[in-house]
Amino acid sequence: MEKEVQTVQKESFVSKFKKYYQEHIQAFEAVLALAPAAIILIVFMFFPLVNTFIMSFMEDFRFVNKGGIFAFGHSFSSIGFGEYIDVLRNPDFLKALRNTSIIVVVSVPLTVIIALFISVAMNSIKKLQGVYQTIFFLPYVTNTIALGMVFKVMFSTNSGLINTIFGTNIAWLTDATKNGYWSSLVVLTTYIVWTGLAFKILIFLSGLQSIDKQYYDAARIDGASRRRIFTKITVPLLSPMIAYTVITSFIGAFKSYSDVIAIFGGGPNTYGPPGNEKMWITVVGFIYDQLPSMMTRGALSRASAGAVILLIIILLITIVQFLVSKKRVHY
Amino acid sequence: MADRELYFADEKALRKWKRRKVLSQIGVYTFLTILAIFIIIPFYWMIATSLKSNGEVSLPVPTLFPQEIMWENYALIFKQVTSFGRYFLNTIIVSFFTTILVVITTVFAAFAFARLKFKGRDTIFMLLLVTMMVPGEMMVITNYMTVSVFGWMNTYQALILPFGVSVFYIYYLRQTFKSIPNELYLAAKVDGVGDFKYLFKVLVPIAMPAIVTIIILSSMGAWNALIWPELVANAETMRMVSNGLMRALTSEFSQQVNLQMTASAIVTAPLFVFFIIFRKYIMRGVSRSGIKG
Repeated sequence: MEKEVQTVQKESFVSKFKKYYQEHIQAFEAVLALAPAAIILIVFMFFPLVNTFIMSFMEDFRFVNKGGIFAFGHSFSSIGFGEYIDVLRNPDFLKALRNTSIIVVVSVPLTVIIALFISVAMNSIKKLQGVYQTIFFLPYVTNTIALGMVFKVMFSTNSGLINTIFGTNIAWLTDATKNGYWSSLVVLTTYIVWTGLAFKILIFLSGLQSIDKQYYDAARIDGASRRRIFTKITVPLLSPMIAYTVITSFIGAFKSYSDVIAIFGGGPNTYGPPGNEKMWITVVGFIYDQLPSMMTRGALSRASAGAVILLIIILLITIVQFLVSKKRVHY
Repeated sequence: MADRELYFADEKALRKWKRRKVLSQIGVYTFLTILAIFIIIPFYWMIATSLKSNGEVSLPVPTLFPQEIMWENYALIFKQVTSFGRYFLNTIIVSFFTTILVVITTVFAAFAFARLKFKGRDTIFMLLLVTMMVPGEMMVITNYMTVSVFGWMNTYQALILPFGVSVFYIYYLRQTFKSIPNELYLAAKVDGVGDFKYLFKVLVPIAMPAIVTIIILSSMGAWNALIWPELVANAETMRMVSNGLMRALTSEFSQQVNLQMTASAIVTAPLFVFFIIFRKYIMRGVSRSGIKG
């Protein structure tokens, strides 16, 4: 109370001090507020990130429980790029890289384009919009393994729904030969598109609903055709959402694993029909295949090198798409 | 509708436009219905097959509708795989505690990033956002070692703790907090309300819809968890639904298509019910993730 009567100069000092103190109080509070998240993030995210990165350079890394959680507590032969070279020569990894690229190239454009058409169609109707929206969203809230099994049953060779409808007799998921490779890609793609549409439709629809109706009215006055309206108005104005969806689905598709496991339905290390279990192995699958044998020499460093390569691929895709979308996307 | 009619010079042009509109609407509805059927068929086939008898599923030409509805298939699942109930219980436990942890870490961290002033705030936040791009496999490898060293194999904490923070939810809630007018904060300051009191008395109640969305999306996550539980919790009593289902499909029911579908339907059903109840929150949360900030 008495302080209030003191000189102006002193008051400003007090307020300065108060302000300084206030800032520190906030910093202190921030430490408290961030502590719960920080502890978990440091132990289960930032530390593992660095640790895995280090392990990828440790050739013949061998994990033993008493070595502790740090990479350096365990035995390894040398430090270098040896593990990367081994992984890049590993036939399973090369196969995984090829498979994953095929999955990405086939499924991403297909899903995005179908989702785009569905969203535009849905945006142009008034009645039943909610019903369609709910139906198209359903695959988002299902269990991957359960629905993968349903696809397996639908595509079964004998008494399967698909073969019956089309009057064919294709061994969709049970043919271990080259033909089986492509026929299972059909099933895999169908499943990925089926599960992937929901998210993209929702994003596109919220984007479409934010487009100003005046553009369409203006186009209609000028007598623009439907196709022209779509390519000259809808797509450009939706391009931020399209770019976002394409990037996230590229990354998602590069991390494919559960979808493949689900449609072959043979357990965690089965990526193909009996007789060719590694047929559709993916990069993530390759990494996970190493983990159960973590105590054997080189298993974890191999997995780590694979994971770092995956990270690099994802970074490259993101950078390339950012550069492309910078030129093409209208914000 | 009325204002649209002003665009047309005469009656004829208007009628032509209306006719074209009706035709295109028919086309749009047909297109959407065909795709909606494509989406629904697997669900229908799952339920239809799950109610068929052993004999009926091995018919060379499958029946569209079960000849005799076998409700007992559903009871049979729990009889044949006695731990099936246990898988559900495990999933519910993991989902419940993960969600609590996620809500606590998210609310506090989002508050710190949205309202508190401290050195390096934006740098730390950017760093967090960048980690969203890192594939989870990088973490899984070391976390698998950590769990093994800690002796946490086949424990609940191994299934819960690594998922106790979600950078995406922190980002989502931070945006929500930031959209709440700053005046409220300043008013609270003037009234001498502390920062944390302001968080719980003002921010949390206003941001409740967003928090509910986080709760719902987070609790659904456990239902689909497959890779991590497969690695760290493979004991019969610790398995979660996806892993338990995968196991049952390849062992107990590997020869019985109808029971495979029954088990799949049982695993899908709770998610469905959940979705129907919380449709609004789920769809809002998912669509929000597409908006850039």
